[in-house]
Amino acid sequence: MKAMITKNSRWVNFGFQIAALLLALLFTTLILVAAGAPPLEAYKNIIIGSVGSFKKFSDVLVSWVPLLLVSAGLLVTFAAGLWNIGVEGQITLGAIGTTWALRELQDTSLPPSLIIFLAIIAGMAGGALWAMLAGALKTFGGVNEIFGGLGLNFVATALTIYLIFGPWKRPGVASMSGTVPFDAALHLSLFPGLRLSPWALVIAIVAIVFVFFLLQGTYFGLRLKAVGKNLRAAYLLGVPTWQYIMLSCLICGALAGVAGAMQVTAVYYRLIPAISSGYGYLGLMVAMLVNYQAIWAAPVALFFAALNIGSIQLPIVLKLDSSLSGVLQGMLVLFVLIVEGIRQRLSKRS
Amino acid sequence: MKVELRAIHKYFGNNHADNDITLTIPSGTIQGILGENGAGKSTLMKILSGFIHADAGEILLDDKPVTISSPADAIRHGIGMLHQDPLDFPSMSVLDNFMLGHPEGLFPNRSVVTREFKNLAQRLEFSIDPDSYVDSLTVGERQQLEILRLLWLGARVLILDEPTTGISASQKEKLFLTLINKLAVQGMTIIFVSHKLEDVEILSDSIAVFRQGKVVGEAKRPFNTDQLVEMMFGKNISPGPRQAMSQEKSVLWLDGVSIEDVRLRIQNVNLEIRAGEVIGLAGLEGSGQGAFLRACSGLMRPVAGYVKLNDRDVTGKSYHVFKRHGVEFLPAARLEEGLVPGLTLAEHFLLAEKQNGVFIDRERGRNLAEERIKSFNIKGRPVSPIESLSGGNQQRALLSLLRDPLSLVLIEHPTRGLDIESVIHIWSKLKERCKQGAAIVFISSDLEEILQYSDRVLVFFSGKLSQPLDASKTTVEQLGQLIGGKGWAS
Repeated sequence: MKAMITKNSRWVNFGFQIAALLLALLFTTLILVAAGAPPLEAYKNIIIGSVGSFKKFSDVLVSWVPLLLVSAGLLVTFAAGLWNIGVEGQITLGAIGTTWALRELQDTSLPPSLIIFLAIIAGMAGGALWAMLAGALKTFGGVNEIFGGLGLNFVATALTIYLIFGPWKRPGVASMSGTVPFDAALHLSLFPGLRLSPWALVIAIVAIVFVFFLLQGTYFGLRLKAVGKNLRAAYLLGVPTWQYIMLSCLICGALAGVAGAMQVTAVYYRLIPAISSGYGYLGLMVAMLVNYQAIWAAPVALFFAALNIGSIQLPIVLKLDSSLSGVLQGMLVLFVLIVEGIRQRLSKRS
Repeated sequence: MKVELRAIHKYFGNNHADNDITLTIPSGTIQGILGENGAGKSTLMKILSGFIHADAGEILLDDKPVTISSPADAIRHGIGMLHQDPLDFPSMSVLDNFMLGHPEGLFPNRSVVTREFKNLAQRLEFSIDPDSYVDSLTVGERQQLEILRLLWLGARVLILDEPTTGISASQKEKLFLTLINKLAVQGMTIIFVSHKLEDVEILSDSIAVFRQGKVVGEAKRPFNTDQLVEMMFGKNISPGPRQAMSQEKSVLWLDGVSIEDVRLRIQNVNLEIRAGEVIGLAGLEGSGQGAFLRACSGLMRPVAGYVKLNDRDVTGKSYHVFKRHGVEFLPAARLEEGLVPGLTLAEHFLLAEKQNGVFIDRERGRNLAEERIKSFNIKGRPVSPIESLSGGNQQRALLSLLRDPLSLVLIEHPTRGLDIESVIHIWSKLKERCKQGAAIVFISSDLEEILQYSDRVLVFFSGKLSQPLDASKTTVEQLGQLIGGKGWAS
């Protein structure tokens, strides 16, 4: 009988996950009903708005790219046992780094593709710098990475606003719409007729594959997990612990920085105040939802991106706020965590 | 109160932890529960005290069947459990700890409770200041506090799970006197769980011996020790003969080393540790032996003096530098400091071994694990998460992680909480290392272990350090005196 249970446990787990999804839908429906909106109509609009046409789906992929990059990075810091809330700021600093490089290089005679490449590298450096600042605050200053990261997020936002309204302001009058858009030569090329850049797509997929192999197949990943699960034991087993914590910050920050660089070079073509667009917090939810397993990050991030894009329609069609997707995403994370807790309790008892 | 257990069964996965346990304990007696690690003793006690639920069976208190669904429920029925590690809140005062868990009153009347605490303590001849903080108490005093608390809550059955593991010999004596003279005579039923034969023998009116989840035998006073050992293990075992002291080259050399810790300072230590020898560190917990061991491993930086490792000056270098030169430190808190919960046995070997290349060779990890599981007699599989192993097997796993070549192994409590069979196995593995030229320095609160396995013994007393004693010419009594602070030239 015991053997049967272990054999079936994968299906049982899957059933629990489905239950969580249904519960999240149920509660979101209740909220819709309470708000006097037709739930089925809303869901229909989300689906049509995300996968209703090829163009819509390509928009989902545009949103998938930064989300996947951020989630991939967060899987690394989660493996090291860090709650890298500062990832929002790391995206922002990535965007700032990229914008800086583009501004510095746009008037030189370098070929545009090289300028874009260097700008993305600058974005990685900016994100990595911001993450390592949070990491250094933790390892050398004893500041919890949650507080350090949160503080640095505010600093990053303030820095963006300062740059947009100060040194990098548009000629004439500065505005919330951001810096001067870059010349079309400095944009990452797009699929014809779409807003999606094949380059961005490839970079995001390479990033998640890289992280998957890093965590699953390398000594680095194993040591990182040891650091995350038991810092003291990892040290006694010979792992240079603080160096690994800093390295995990570096990798996550660099990936978040690439996400910021993509926002600048392939989406907005300039620095705007809300350049991180909440992808950092959304990425944290993805990482929690996939229970830190890299292999699930791609589909879950795609689902979240679809919800985001699908709900853009809602204000126009149903006069609903588009934050409905956020409600559904949040519900999903909560219910998956709750259901997981219940499952563990039940399995302990049996 | 009379306690009766009838046909108790408990499974953990495929493991039949308690198999058809039936036991009757008359009121006012001391029942010893004896058995090696993993024999099912603690599981049964957790069932009786409401921490876990039996899969089958019945519990009767004074001939009435009861269901015990939680520890709070257990105490309502008059069953109190004293855990191996005291379950208290070190940063709170004694009185606050005492009042915790009391079911009545939103606003406790502190003066009344203080009076009751003092009365109760006086009756048991315990002297604990109710206003002091728990982190200033010794482990023995924390046990006393826990006993007082359970009595105040109305316990009439007291379960003690391995209570003598962390306390000194004098504290143990005091605890036993209290149990026999104050509590048992007043009709308190006491269940004493231990793998220490000697303790169980001294204390108990009758003994039930557990092996592999079953009660394999019961005995009443007077006890036949050989018979009990045979029941416990199914065979007779004795430790191997001791080895002659070596005269090898020096491994670690401490030259005028001083160590400072928050609480104490150890000054001007001069010691040469030679290859192949075993040095036992004796002393009450917190007398400086822990700091000394950490200073020998680079985990703690000495404030003065020099540390030389294989003729190389390593003063002030980190543990990882020491480790590269063949020093290993094995902490007492296995799961907290030594092993990584959540990783499997195989992953531990991959982590601990020298790593070739970037990518993990899982095959190699599994082979390594299988080989070590066999040679160290670990009950577990390469894919077992480390936290799923029992304490004794975790300790074996920790030892099996030691790398080659080794020059010095520093161990805190190598066999604490383990049964005799594991102890002998672990020491035979350590002695093998000595033959290969490694020196071993270990801390133990078990004086017989120290004298049995050491070549030289160092005694610590509040930061003072004795001259090395020849273990073969030292007795337990001499050690006990030194540990207690007698016989030190001031």
